[in-house]
Amino acid sequence: MELNGNVPTGPLAEKWTKYKSSMPLVSPDNKRRLDVIVVGTGLAGAAAAASMGELGYNVKCFTFHDSPRRAHSIAAQGGINAAKNYKNDGDSVYRLFYDTIKGGDYRAREGNVHRLAEVSVDIIDQCVAQGVPFAREYGGMLDNRSFGGTQVQRTFYARGQTGQQLLIGAYQSLSRQISLGKVTMYNRHEMLDVVLVEGKARGIITRNLVTGKLERHSAHAVVLATGGYGNVFYLSTNAMTCNVTAAWRAVRRGAYMANPCYTQIHPTCIPQYGDYQSKLTLMSESLRNDGRVWVPKKLEDAEAIRQGKRMGKDIPEADRDYYLERRYPAFGNLVPRDVASRAAKVECDKGHGIVPTGLGVYLDFADAIQRYGKTKAHSSNIENPSAQQIWDLGKAVVEEKYGNLFEMYEKITGEDPYTNPMKIYPAVHYTMGGLWVDYNLQTNIPGLFALGECNFSDHGANRLGASALMQGLADGYFVIPYTIGSFLANEIRTPKLDTASPAFEEAENAVRERLTGFISNGGKQSAESFHRRLGKIMWEYCGMGRSAEGLTKARRLIQDLKAEFYADLYVPGSMDEYNPELEKATRVADFLELGELMCLDALQREESCGGHFREEHQTEEGEALRDDVNMAYVSAWGWKDTSVEPELNKEPLIFENIKVAARSYK
Amino acid sequence: MKLNLKIWRQKNAKDKGHFENYKVVANEHMSFLEMLDVLNEELISSQKEPVAFDHDCREGICGTCSLVINGQPHGPMNGTTTCQLHMRHFKEGETVVIEPFRAKAFPVLKDLVVDRSAFDRIIQAGGYVSVDTGQAPDGNTVPIGKEVAGKAFEAAACIGCGACVAACPNSSAMLFVSAKVSHLALLPQGQVESKKRAQSMVHQMDEEGFGMCSNITACEAECPKGISVENIARLNREYISASFSSTEK
Ligand SMILES: Cc1cc2nc3c(=O)[nH]c(=O)nc-3n(C[C@H](O)[C@H](O)[C@H](O)COP(=O)(O)OP(=O)(O)OC[C@H]3O[C@@H](n4cnc5c(N)ncnc54)[C@H](O)[C@@H]3O)c2cc1C
Ligand code: SF4
Ligand code: FES
Repeated sequence: MELNGNVPTGPLAEKWTKYKSSMPLVSPDNKRRLDVIVVGTGLAGAAAAASMGELGYNVKCFTFHDSPRRAHSIAAQGGINAAKNYKNDGDSVYRLFYDTIKGGDYRAREGNVHRLAEVSVDIIDQCVAQGVPFAREYGGMLDNRSFGGTQVQRTFYARGQTGQQLLIGAYQSLSRQISLGKVTMYNRHEMLDVVLVEGKARGIITRNLVTGKLERHSAHAVVLATGGYGNVFYLSTNAMTCNVTAAWRAVRRGAYMANPCYTQIHPTCIPQYGDYQSKLTLMSESLRNDGRVWVPKKLEDAEAIRQGKRMGKDIPEADRDYYLERRYPAFGNLVPRDVASRAAKVECDKGHGIVPTGLGVYLDFADAIQRYGKTKAHSSNIENPSAQQIWDLGKAVVEEKYGNLFEMYEKITGEDPYTNPMKIYPAVHYTMGGLWVDYNLQTNIPGLFALGECNFSDHGANRLGASALMQGLADGYFVIPYTIGSFLANEIRTPKLDTASPAFEEAENAVRERLTGFISNGGKQSAESFHRRLGKIMWEYCGMGRSAEGLTKARRLIQDLKAEFYADLYVPGSMDEYNPELEKATRVADFLELGELMCLDALQREESCGGHFREEHQTEEGEALRDDVNMAYVSAWGWKDTSVEPELNKEPLIFENIKVAARSYK
Repeated sequence: MKLNLKIWRQKNAKDKGHFENYKVVANEHMSFLEMLDVLNEELISSQKEPVAFDHDCREGICGTCSLVINGQPHGPMNGTTTCQLHMRHFKEGETVVIEPFRAKAFPVLKDLVVDRSAFDRIIQAGGYVSVDTGQAPDGNTVPIGKEVAGKAFEAAACIGCGACVAACPNSSAMLFVSAKVSHLALLPQGQVESKKRAQSMVHQMDEEGFGMCSNITACEAECPKGISVENIARLNREYISASFSSTEK
């Protein structure tokens, strides 16, 4: 089936304004009679729940966290983009739109991305008004920095804790609506199913994670803002409890999953060090402004380092390969994430890795320390500074810029990154794929909406740094409060939905049966152990390099693992109590199905684009080879019944405003 | 490294709870929570119930992890949450005592998991700026000095973990409340409602059953984010001037 994104007609720059002013409205009186469920309290969910509460809807908001403030958005470090052009460096809505489409390797929908760029400016204003303490310049104006893949400074930030500060802003607005009685908040409640009544989303089934009780909640519309699914790889930079269950349960009720194989692998993370490891830690992209990436040229040097016989700092300059600078002289260490990650893999596959597992490269600040040290000595009028003086001065500058990251690195590794170069390796970070939505952010199920990382809409095959926070808040504050009206305007005569109806009955029973199944399974292995094994398969075959052979094999391995899971899973405790193992079991079960679909999606996408690199589709120099003739579409998978093959629907991508070109960073 | 663990086990909020002893083999590269993961996998493989504990980001920012380790909230290292604590700071053969955060306002839900929703209700009482979406003027309309913004940021860096409460002999939540009051009072956008905010938040704090502040400053010492007791002084100023202006009426 061919899908339609329902993008309004007319010139690109006028679409959103015109659409907004011609959209059917819901009167204040009617809003009071309409109930909306929002699942998730990250940037997208908290912003949406607060804004819709302000508008007058009755909002019920859910999170499995113990507080809305703990959503994974809290962990975002680097910043948030907005086309404010405060730096007067030529930024504009169009340029942000263009950078995002190009950065996404021409696999995103033009209309949505332009709207995102348009509302980006309002986000910053809104956050400032809420009291978000963005970094300021001495004159009191908002400060900016630059991020990968762009040539302007448009990233707003609050030290290395931008996500935290933005989320607290949204959480505070949400708290205000809770105190005003417009939002009812349900903490420690996990959504385990969507309820459809006559084809429309009319409610959810949740489990109270403290008491274990299953509950039915009805509404006129359901909004999912449940985050990304990077944890399908087990090891990722995501928080431990991030999962796909909410989105996946929607898929099992008929929603489409779009581009599930588009995964972002972030080049600078702390390498894996042991089998017991539970997560990977991001070292912000900003480090690549000053750090130089390299590996030893000689295989024997790499070997000696791996065995602990030599240190990185002892390798002479001539024996180092600064491979990003060598391969991409124009962008050097600042190539986009997908390119930098792949290049690290290539070097490690050739045997140049510098950690015991072989999977690690250096990010070296020695040159930056020298450079800053000399400048500082000069500006402080120190004549003939000693080597030690230069180093001390330079270190102080680096510390001021990246101190908190260096500290985090040292806490985890126990090594001092000022004296020996940082060891880094790519890690799963973000998922561009997600629930398919149209221009209104509505899925193919009427009344079911998806916002933030859990939809697929804006980043194509690769997301640019600092754009996820922007999208989450755009969706939540400035898009859904309007576009949900397109559905709800026709529902003003629909009375409150009865949770005693057969649809709710059926859904609750199905959830209960599933959970009881896990509890009484009587096997031997923990959910966690299956999750780790799934992660290994995904990383090996559906990670940085993918091939038809590998993906076909992975699909079979996952199917076998799934069979073993249902035969030998062990979940301690009961359903009627606080039971984290049961929570894990439901999440891993859904990851197993998603993982299979990701492999299938990667298999059908016969091209390399953004985060999706098919070994078969590369240039002679090993660069990604896109196929704009045959593959310029969104793949939207339906998989209601997992006993049959998933069904592939396509939404053609039409570029009316941007000339599609090869991405080059040479 | 071999460790002896003495861990608080409590079936649910009603159960009285007790300590149980465990042995675990860890290595110095593991984080503290990974050491507990190892223990839990062992418990599960012998069909015993694993130890419940709260955690999520495992990088010191979400405020979900807790635990009192050898008598100290978030363990022995300064400026470090439990999830950022690594086993290299423990010794071979050491006995490690692990308990939940203890406070009347933080009831234990299970084992090491406590209910900190009282903090949410304190924020709901006034820890926000009353501005609707779409009402905001341009972000640069009101300049804010770099230093003021920096100070506000430092107060806003609180992760809402509750270690300050667990550290305080009176179970006072003053550090947490003062961090929010300071964050917003320092910024022009938050100043308008500042006095009323201080009053309502302190009122809610009392309602929730947190104790009085008697300037012991154990909270500051255990706070993983270095929130300063200077904020408590600022809260007191806001609160006192609020009481004055309300009696004047
Ligand atoms: C370490 C790290 C650093 C990052 N840094 C940046 C950055 O600098 N700039 C940038 O732009 N982006 C960054 N990102 C990406 C960005 O943080 C995320 O994409 C974004 O915050 C996602 O927001 P969200 O609102 O969509 O979802 P989340 O914040 O993940 O929130 C999901 C919410 O849904 C709830 N939920 C999920 N499932 C259920 C369920 N079944 N039932 C009930 N509730 C449920 C959760 O409890 C939570 O409240 C970073 C990501 C990571 C991992
Ligand atoms: S003030 Fe410190 S200890 Fe208290 S909740 Fe905030 S971060 Fe935790
Ligand atoms: S788990 Fe997030 S702060 Fe410790």
